[in-house]
Amino acid sequence: MTDKTNSVEITLKNITKTFSDGTLALKPTDLTIKAEEILVLLGPSGCGKTTTLRLIAGLEFADSNGGSINFGDKNVTELPIEKRKVGMVFQSYALFPNMNVSENIVYGLKVRGIDTAVIDHKLAEMLKMFDLEKYAKRGVHQLSGGQRQRVALARAIITEPDVLLLDEPLSALDALLKARLRGDIRTLLKSLGITAVYVTHDQEEAMAMGDRIAVLDHGEIAQIGSAKEIYLQPKNAFVADFIGQMNRFEGNVIDAQLVLNTGKKIPLSSEALASSNANETLSMMLRPEDIRLTKVTDEQHALTGIVSSSVFLGDRTRVTLEKVQKEGKVIVDCFQRIEYPSGQIVALSFESKHLIPLQG
Amino acid sequence: MKKDKYFYMQLLFTLAVCSFLIVPVVMSAVAGVTNNYFVGIKSGFTLRWVEQVWMLYSDTIWLTMKIALATTMINVIVGVPCAYVMASSKSRWVSVFDELLTLPIAIPGMAISLGIISVYGGFSDFRSSWFFILIGHVIFTLPFMVKSVLAVLQSFNFKVLEEGAASLGASFWRRFFDVIIPNCKAGIVAGMLMTLTLSIGEFNLTWMLHTPLTKTLPVGLADSYASMRFEVSSAYTLIFLCLILPLLVLAQMLNNKKVQNN
Repeated sequence: MTDKTNSVEITLKNITKTFSDGTLALKPTDLTIKAEEILVLLGPSGCGKTTTLRLIAGLEFADSNGGSINFGDKNVTELPIEKRKVGMVFQSYALFPNMNVSENIVYGLKVRGIDTAVIDHKLAEMLKMFDLEKYAKRGVHQLSGGQRQRVALARAIITEPDVLLLDEPLSALDALLKARLRGDIRTLLKSLGITAVYVTHDQEEAMAMGDRIAVLDHGEIAQIGSAKEIYLQPKNAFVADFIGQMNRFEGNVIDAQLVLNTGKKIPLSSEALASSNANETLSMMLRPEDIRLTKVTDEQHALTGIVSSSVFLGDRTRVTLEKVQKEGKVIVDCFQRIEYPSGQIVALSFESKHLIPLQG
Repeated sequence: MKKDKYFYMQLLFTLAVCSFLIVPVVMSAVAGVTNNYFVGIKSGFTLRWVEQVWMLYSDTIWLTMKIALATTMINVIVGVPCAYVMASSKSRWVSVFDELLTLPIAIPGMAISLGIISVYGGFSDFRSSWFFILIGHVIFTLPFMVKSVLAVLQSFNFKVLEEGAASLGASFWRRFFDVIIPNCKAGIVAGMLMTLTLSIGEFNLTWMLHTPLTKTLPVGLADSYASMRFEVSSAYTLIFLCLILPLLVLAQMLNNKKVQNN
């Protein structure tokens, strides 16, 4: 079972989905998921990520507009889920309450009429692999959330599917278990070499799990790329705001500087200047961890703000500043253990290469 | 906690109501095994009347059992898929269908039987067979079966279980029999017991639909009260109670178990 499977590439070509009430859940989408790749579909609820997953699974069918879904060379557009050779892990696990742990795990093999000896052998392998030997004969309602999750995974991969689909599989678990399991799942998927699509609304989980992340917004892919690309070069404000915290500065370009509506100035890098015209309104984004603070005594400094609150988060202190711009606040993550009392005037500094110009 | 006078007043009232209901049942049962009810218990006990009922009416008991079992079987075969379709469908026609299905409970049995007779009464072979009564019983008991299964189906997300089974390669029928049916077992069993109980005790419809050759237990009972010694009809009641009480107790036990599980 731990041998590499013949994983396949998944290709979606011009796939759209309109619900019966007329809502367009997925706008025309092209998407290629490479063989052995873990692709994470990330987005807020209602963005179309689950619909995309269900279309790949065969639980929903795409609008008939000539679009197609291929697993490798095989066109599966019209095939229902039971004929697609997919494994699926559901948010609620969907374990059968009328069957015990072992019966749940081997169900897929039984349906396929596999020989009992083979089933027993594979079951033993799965129980061992997922550390479930002690629970083999237990009812699923007697298991903890983490154990159920493992049963659901074992049940999905025992049939050696071409594709593994995971629909928010960790969302029902507590934070600590979540963090541990996502590491385990990634290791498992990589050792199986299976093509996987993973849906989540948790950006940290997405970054930890995915080879690539597709950020979805209102039924379309806003950006697709590695965690690093998406975090460091967000294509638009939605992606930037959805992945981590982001500060936004808006102003006019005057003398190679961005002049905010408070008159405070931000020096711009030559790349940023090249993409903008003088006197044009420009938006720049900056991550909270890229800003450094220095306590100052007056507001005459080029770029200053006033501390409105500061929260100690263990590994960092999150400081919220106001009066940098007329509206909105600036969030800064400080990793030094320095206290910033409310009302303290601070100067902001950062490397201009960390400024991300906002497009669209 | 010290119990105040209101507690004892309530207790007394409850006991009075219970005895009002139970005493006639007990009297009837006792009458069925008393030599001469008008003389009283001192006339002695006997199983003579029970034997006489068995000789005269045993065929009604067998017919009742046959009809009750057949009704239950049809209800399972028709009612379970029906409940499944109703639970799965998002159509607004479902509520219309639900109303139609429940209608026979609200309409007097007399009216239903008249309807059945006026439509199907012309087929004389059918009219004189026990199937004619079976139709009436199915119409009357089916809503109880459907509602019972529907309630269970609505209590868990069966759609996602079905999707889970489908993702593992199970066809529709495989999913239905491996996942849906076993997880609805409590509702199906409760519906079956309800059907059995209702069918065994059904009088209104049956009285209109029966022929002298297709008499069921409750019809025979009415007949015996009208034309037999009081002790004989009381013995008949006793037999009826022996049939129906275990079913009611079983249904109650299952119900309690279901509540506990929830």
